[in-house]
Amino acid sequence: MATGVDTLISPAMQEAKGQWSEPRLSPPISLSDIRKWAIATYWPETPPPLYWDTDYAAGTRWGGVVAPLDFNPFAWPVKRPRPPAAAAPVEGVRLTGINGGQTDTYGEPMRPGDVISARTRLADFNERQGRFGLMLYTYNEIEWTNQNGEFVRRRIATGIRY
Amino acid sequence: MSVNVYFDDVRVGDEMPTWSRQTNFMHWNRYAAVNDEFVPFHMDDEDGRKAGNAAGAFGMGNLRYAYLANALRDWIGDEGEIREVGCQYRAINQKNDTLSVVGKVVEKEVVDGENQVRLETNVMNQNGEATCPGHAVVVLPNKR
Repeated sequence: MATGVDTLISPAMQEAKGQWSEPRLSPPISLSDIRKWAIATYWPETPPPLYWDTDYAAGTRWGGVVAPLDFNPFAWPVKRPRPPAAAAPVEGVRLTGINGGQTDTYGEPMRPGDVISARTRLADFNERQGRFGLMLYTYNEIEWTNQNGEFVRRRIATGIRY
Repeated sequence: MSVNVYFDDVRVGDEMPTWSRQTNFMHWNRYAAVNDEFVPFHMDDEDGRKAGNAAGAFGMGNLRYAYLANALRDWIGDEGEIREVGCQYRAINQKNDTLSVVGKVVEKEVVDGENQVRLETNVMNQNGEATCPGHAVVVLPNKR
């Protein structure tokens, strides 16, 4: 909980606002990544064949297996710790971070073999007094395209820290 | 080919079928395993309490989002498209909660040649609490 500070907004956040990051690339998406994702998110029921049955999927409008909408091709980076997604709040305050939600717009589906490129920017932020004291709300914009330059997804993610 | 619902047949006020899961560590750990989301407060009761949840560890917002996406996909079938999804995480997903995704059609219109259907969505728990208000836009085929 943030106590003893007037603001959680750092100069680094002010500076980063609106600036796109350098793009980073996902590892190539595999059929098995998609299958496991679908099993986990449909657990304990069997996921739809669109996500794992290549013969079935070939007969759909998609012409092959596609990933579930929420599939994350950036999971499991080799290098740890992961670089911070955005500029950090003020130093010296121990904060809990939670996921406040998101709005996503979708274009092309992700498929086996795709390599997704992501760029991110801190679109906006604000802070207010809440249930846990001073609470910082950040809005990160994350844009994904595939190896053909086609639009895959735009996310506006709300982060809450207190 | 799997078309569950045609644009022509959808009416404002229609509700999509409810999609439910009871969630606990069996679900959260599987999700953590695919999304690499081993955040202490999702994994350990003591860390959950430290984060302000007296009941201990709690479920991932991202998994609730997955349930929402799955509910939409199961409703529209493989030939439909999901164009937009948004939601806010308002209440915590406690251990053994039964989460039910619900959605109601609030608008249908053709936008840039797409048959778009807009829904208000939510994820309800077994106590009738709305944990995740949101919306979605899906694109549905015409009958031929």
